[in-house]
Amino acid sequence: MSQWTKAYQTACTGATINYQGTGSGAGQTAFIAGTADFAGSDSPLPATDQPKADARCKSGPAIHLPMVVGPIAIAYNVSGVTSLQLKDATIAKIFAGKITTWNAADIKADNPGATLPATKILAIHRSDSSGTTDNFTKFLAATAATDWTHGHDKSWKAPGGQAENKSDGVAAAIKSTDGAIGYVEWSFAQVNSLNMAKVGNGAGEFAELTGDSAGKTIASAKVTGTAPDLTLSIDYKTTAAGAYPIVLVTYEIVCSKGNSGTALPLLKSFLTYTASADGQAAAAKAGYAPLPDSVRTQVASAVGNLA
Amino acid sequence: MSEPSFGSAEVAPATSAEPHSREPSQVPAPRPGPVDDDVSVTAEPNAPRHRSEGQGPGDRGPDDRPTLLGGGGGLPRRRRFGPEPLFRGFTTASGTAVLVIIAAIATFLIVKAIPALRADKANFLTYYQWFPDPSQADQPSKFGIGALAFGTVLTSALALLVAVPVALGIALCLSHYAPRRLATGLGFVIDLLAAVPSIIFGLWGREYLVQPVRGLSTWLHKYFAWIPLFGGDGPYGKSILLGSLVLAIMVLPIVTSLSREVFRQTPAMNEEAALALGATKWEMVRTAVIPYGRPGLIASVMLGLGRALGETIALALVLGSTFNVTFDILNSGGNTIAANIANHFGDAQDIGRGALIASGLVLFAITLVVNMIARGIVYRRREFVGSAT
Repeated sequence: MSQWTKAYQTACTGATINYQGTGSGAGQTAFIAGTADFAGSDSPLPATDQPKADARCKSGPAIHLPMVVGPIAIAYNVSGVTSLQLKDATIAKIFAGKITTWNAADIKADNPGATLPATKILAIHRSDSSGTTDNFTKFLAATAATDWTHGHDKSWKAPGGQAENKSDGVAAAIKSTDGAIGYVEWSFAQVNSLNMAKVGNGAGEFAELTGDSAGKTIASAKVTGTAPDLTLSIDYKTTAAGAYPIVLVTYEIVCSKGNSGTALPLLKSFLTYTASADGQAAAAKAGYAPLPDSVRTQVASAVGNLA
Repeated sequence: MSEPSFGSAEVAPATSAEPHSREPSQVPAPRPGPVDDDVSVTAEPNAPRHRSEGQGPGDRGPDDRPTLLGGGGGLPRRRRFGPEPLFRGFTTASGTAVLVIIAAIATFLIVKAIPALRADKANFLTYYQWFPDPSQADQPSKFGIGALAFGTVLTSALALLVAVPVALGIALCLSHYAPRRLATGLGFVIDLLAAVPSIIFGLWGREYLVQPVRGLSTWLHKYFAWIPLFGGDGPYGKSILLGSLVLAIMVLPIVTSLSREVFRQTPAMNEEAALALGATKWEMVRTAVIPYGRPGLIASVMLGLGRALGETIALALVLGSTFNVTFDILNSGGNTIAANIANHFGDAQDIGRGALIASGLVLFAITLVVNMIARGIVYRRREFVGSAT
């Protein structure tokens, strides 16, 4: 997001976009309270908050525009292990606290031939309310329901492990702790040069995390919102070959109608930029995956219709 | 600590020989300024009480004016407006303001907490988890203070367990053992420790201290696993142990500074009397210094406990923020009320915010109870110490 505001402000002098990186929950709250013209969020508005957001927009509903694809990396730090493959069920068991050492039978089965130490596993999750947690637990609930019984939520519900504040807290903790594993946005894993596990997908292969492999999962997603709302439903069990299944979509939540006259031109022009091929390329440079073109064109036309 | 200003020549024999010889209230003669009193005593027998205590106008009613203004010049005539009533009004207002502020805080906490507590579908006192803002509409708000209150009390208690003996050692060293110049320098360093912001302690604990504590945890578990506290077999990291140690370091300067001042005020006569009776230095400290300073010590420990209970950001950084209730202090985990507020306030919704405020109410109540217990202890000890001086 900061990449975008920087690039946009360089291109259009005189425009100021004040984007506060507070976290999805805080962003949604600010949007509902009317202090923000738009909010970026890793989860759609909860059903309970949708009416409040609609009321804040007065004349039109609040809509979700998918703007960034943020793959979630399973990052780990185990001394002597540089390559790791994990099936969805194994990941669920680790984060539910059912597997406690790195040389457990399930992990060995996913990594034939690898030497794994007897180090205790420290599963790290987010302490704050987070769209990353919501999407990660959605993935676990959808793919490994027998091993993951905690449903999905923005707050972490499984017992044990260790909680860290924000993505950078999770990344820093993984980096500094031998035996740690955690879920974190791809960009944070890259910046901290963390080892990332290959994740088993619905096609029965272990997929490495790349912009391309994450895009394949998004391309197979369905739009579930009613136009102009573009809420996506991601198929975590996608059978597309080479797809990396743990992805989240960052939505920009905006008012379809009823934007203030002063903010509207700027809002439209900024979101048009982010939904353009240029904007998506800038996002990819910052560690996100670009939207597949099929989705991107729908977003661009929705932005054009904002009023 | 106003007792030590009593005539020290009369106090010394009481220490060892007859501890219950006199109550302070029964000693009218030794006032701080006996020379001035002598003048008025000869001139007017009723005047001295006014002369020695009437300096502060706040301690008697307005109708209690000194009508007998004899001797060495009486009080200036009272005016309705002027510095005296103004100052009295100012002090009274300040005193009242404290009560008003406390009452306002309590009211705010209660009023804001009630809607959230109504929405809580779990038992607030015994439930361990914290889910006030479910993201799906069909899920109820469930949150409870159990694990948080437990973690708050446990970390604070452990921190005091570590900090108090060390703080007393430092304080005694500074007041009775170290050479004077060294003591001044060391005292300055200790006070400096109190000035370090808590977020610095938090960062230091999280980035540096976590590694040595991991080693310590492994060692403790290896040799002392039979003690339930050290039963955790990993993973080690941001644990209650780490939190308590960081907290202990933060509490140390408070307890040290206060108890050093208390020890310093031990009357030299008491110490010399102990030494003269053949006590070694340690026996002198044990029989003269520590009993004398006990109420001050308890007060300093309670102040330290107050800081420990309310410490927020350092613990938010060094605890594992999980909602478990366990005496196992080595494994990652642990959480406190204040740290939980710091972690969750930013993204809390309506009920979540009320829930955090409700947890603040519990913290408020815990500190209140702790302070009242401390007051009780100090009050009960007062008579004993009074006679010991």
